[in-house]
Amino acid sequence: MGKKIKFIQGNEVVVEAALYAGLDFYAGYPITPSTEIAEHMSVRLPKIGGKFIQMEDELASLCAIIGASLTGHKVMTATSGPGFSLMQESLGYAIMAEIPCVIVNVQRGGPSTGLPTSVAQGDVGQALWGTHGDHAIVAMTASNHQDMFSVTVDAFNIAETYRTPVILLFDEVVGHMRERIFMPEPGEIPLMERLRTSIKEGIDYHPYLPREDGRLPMSDFGGVHRYNVTGLAHDMWGFPSNNPKVVHGLLRHLIDKINNNANQLLRYKEYYLEDARTVLISYGASARSALHVVESRRRRRGERIGLLELQTLWPFPFSIVRQKCANAKYVVVVEMNMGQLLQPVRMAIDPPEKVYLANRIDGVFITPTDIRSVLRLIQGKGM
Amino acid sequence: MERCRLVFSGSGGQGVITAAIVLAEAAVIHEGLISVQAQSYGPEARGGATRSDVIISDSEIYFPKVNQPNVLVCLTQEAYNKFYTIIRPGGLLITDTRFVKTVEKVDARQRELPMYETVMEKIGKPIVFNILMLGALISLTEAVRPESVMKVIETRIPPAFLEMNRKSLQMGVDLGREFRS
Amino acid sequence: MDGILDWGILDWKIRNPEIRNPKSEIEVIMAVKDYIRKRFFPHMWCPGCGHGIVLNSLLRAVEQLGMRKNEIVMVSGIGCSSRISGYVDFHTLHTIHGRALAFATGVKMSRPELNLIVPMGDGDALSIGGNHFIHAARRNINITAVVMNNRIYGMTGGQYSPLSGFGTLATTAPYTNIDQDFDVAELSQAAGASFVARTTTYHVKQVIDLLKQAIQHKGFSVVEVLSQCPTYFGRKNKIGDAVEMMEHFKENTTPKGSKAKKENPDLIERGIFVQKDIPEYCAEYSKIIEKVSG
Repeated sequence: MGKKIKFIQGNEVVVEAALYAGLDFYAGYPITPSTEIAEHMSVRLPKIGGKFIQMEDELASLCAIIGASLTGHKVMTATSGPGFSLMQESLGYAIMAEIPCVIVNVQRGGPSTGLPTSVAQGDVGQALWGTHGDHAIVAMTASNHQDMFSVTVDAFNIAETYRTPVILLFDEVVGHMRERIFMPEPGEIPLMERLRTSIKEGIDYHPYLPREDGRLPMSDFGGVHRYNVTGLAHDMWGFPSNNPKVVHGLLRHLIDKINNNANQLLRYKEYYLEDARTVLISYGASARSALHVVESRRRRRGERIGLLELQTLWPFPFSIVRQKCANAKYVVVVEMNMGQLLQPVRMAIDPPEKVYLANRIDGVFITPTDIRSVLRLIQGKGM
Repeated sequence: MERCRLVFSGSGGQGVITAAIVLAEAAVIHEGLISVQAQSYGPEARGGATRSDVIISDSEIYFPKVNQPNVLVCLTQEAYNKFYTIIRPGGLLITDTRFVKTVEKVDARQRELPMYETVMEKIGKPIVFNILMLGALISLTEAVRPESVMKVIETRIPPAFLEMNRKSLQMGVDLGREFRS
Repeated sequence: MDGILDWGILDWKIRNPEIRNPKSEIEVIMAVKDYIRKRFFPHMWCPGCGHGIVLNSLLRAVEQLGMRKNEIVMVSGIGCSSRISGYVDFHTLHTIHGRALAFATGVKMSRPELNLIVPMGDGDALSIGGNHFIHAARRNINITAVVMNNRIYGMTGGQYSPLSGFGTLATTAPYTNIDQDFDVAELSQAAGASFVARTTTYHVKQVIDLLKQAIQHKGFSVVEVLSQCPTYFGRKNKIGDAVEMMEHFKENTTPKGSKAKKENPDLIERGIFVQKDIPEYCAEYSKIIEKVSG
């Protein structure tokens, strides 16, 4: 006891967590169902000396936070599907120029304007391959307010550690609902601060020369080191290069720094997987319905059913999924799209035929009943 | 405690969403219970039938929406027509006499309360209609104590309006008591 | 090898005989050279391109203002003009097409003490970046936008831009262009910029002077510099080589409010169109912080 309990919306949790992580610059554009994030930011930031700006569109919002990140600030923007589509070009820029930033996508129904006030998880694939060119990305999610808080703080830590944009794929249900959260005390969740160069003024600083551990110490714009940042393929100085060796090295670095550290980036939760013959795999709001089914079936009929809740979606945790489902007879992916995570799950599991999909794509939050009816179909009459 | 699933419905401006949030927050912060609150958003929330769902329980709540409420509040005819069919058989259905004409066939304990009439007669301002309704509701359901609700209201409302809210809440509690059975 | 001697300065000397005082010239050259990244010269612009003159003028403006390299951030987009950022020894941010002002807004707002200079092409500033341009102007954020207007997309090989103008030719307007153009000065004023000026690469002293005033101005400043693209615009529209194009600038422009303009309304005016003192965005936000913090 003694911990501060709050009863707030998920979108407000994201704001509290970002501030906890040290955010002090936010740029955004209003879009349902993410708007409360911008509203709360506009109230909170100036009170702590931070900056909030409502830009002319989502294109500009991501550009602005990239600019602010370069001057040494922890930055974030938040949007939903249509806005996230507009951000794809500058998302690629942040990947290429290795700018730490956090992008929240509170998902709604799509494609296009779709269902602005309804829930969906249709941007999972876009988060991975929305921007052009070969690259790796980090995308995370959560299903309840307590986890939204810690995942959001983690997103900032990862962005700073790996100098990468991190995407938080929340959804309308978790963004808008209110529930209890125990506010973490300062220091309770470790924070990663930006790695700044120790090179002194007058000595050559190579902004894009990785250390042995792959990390790139930064120098703030406006500081003693002047360098170039570009979205063109570039050398260790940050200047454009089309030397095949340099380009190859750069792309390998961008991809390896994420994919080779997949284990460090991995967050998941598991429920009753020790004995589960049926494993549900889910994430975000869908995982709430999945967990409801798991709890009620175990309680009422002693069924050996469990849940693997993924919080890191990209890079996809192939080995964990394979390992946790090794003894399962059935694996059911529960998501609100046409199987965007079903595909990598099928790639991870042998034989892929034991993986099924329980989904909903009509803007209505997937219910325990929806999942049960799929389970009845695949488990057959005997169950 | 048994899990309490509530749906508040009415039209935009009646304060039904605020009432739902206040109730859920009172349960969490001042009663040590677990609660979730969700609501319909967007154009439908501005005019038309507004809806907010609240679940109160002493164990974890995963699925946050209410499919079949055991307590349903309808403050307009439109909301009543749209939602009365979802009530859990035997549940409690609260309506306002001024705004809603009920139908006989509903399998629920229907309580038609003169809430709007009371608030206009004794306070003269419709702004606290929702708080009076909340008072009646907690009196009929014993979901949370009136003190807990009042503590939440204190954090949300300027001191000058507190007395009016306290009075309305108490009037609602008293009104609800008359309709218990 | 000092590339800067190859283009702008020689050009400038020839056309501005009054600065031929050898002593002061050497002083200027020595100081200006410190602002460039010498190893990237010679530059990548075509022979005769006006952009080098803009770069040269910009360096002189910065030098004459006595600015330190560490206090300048240059943000550019995509196109021939945007390559200017690679040649200057400031903090340089070479971004994506059209969005330089949005990046610059983030830099400026997060570190208001830095000086932001944003060189932009006509397509970069007013086609793909048109929305960012008018909104940066509307906010009156303290950024200097230099619109290097050569009326063509040079980097992609000569397509018409929103500033090419009705009746011009381009690789995508083979039967003449039916697009009307913007007037950058009028557009900037209407959008709320608090300093708006125009000149040409022929009038190099005026470029320096206007850039100095724009950089010193507290608010969003726009300097449009008509710049020649002999490779595409000049050739396509049969205006001639670089020298002839600059002569064209000389003959077809006039100081703002001049008698010549009254006699010949087709002349393009040069000079300052707007210079006003209105609330600057970052300063206003600081006031909000002061009001609500602590």
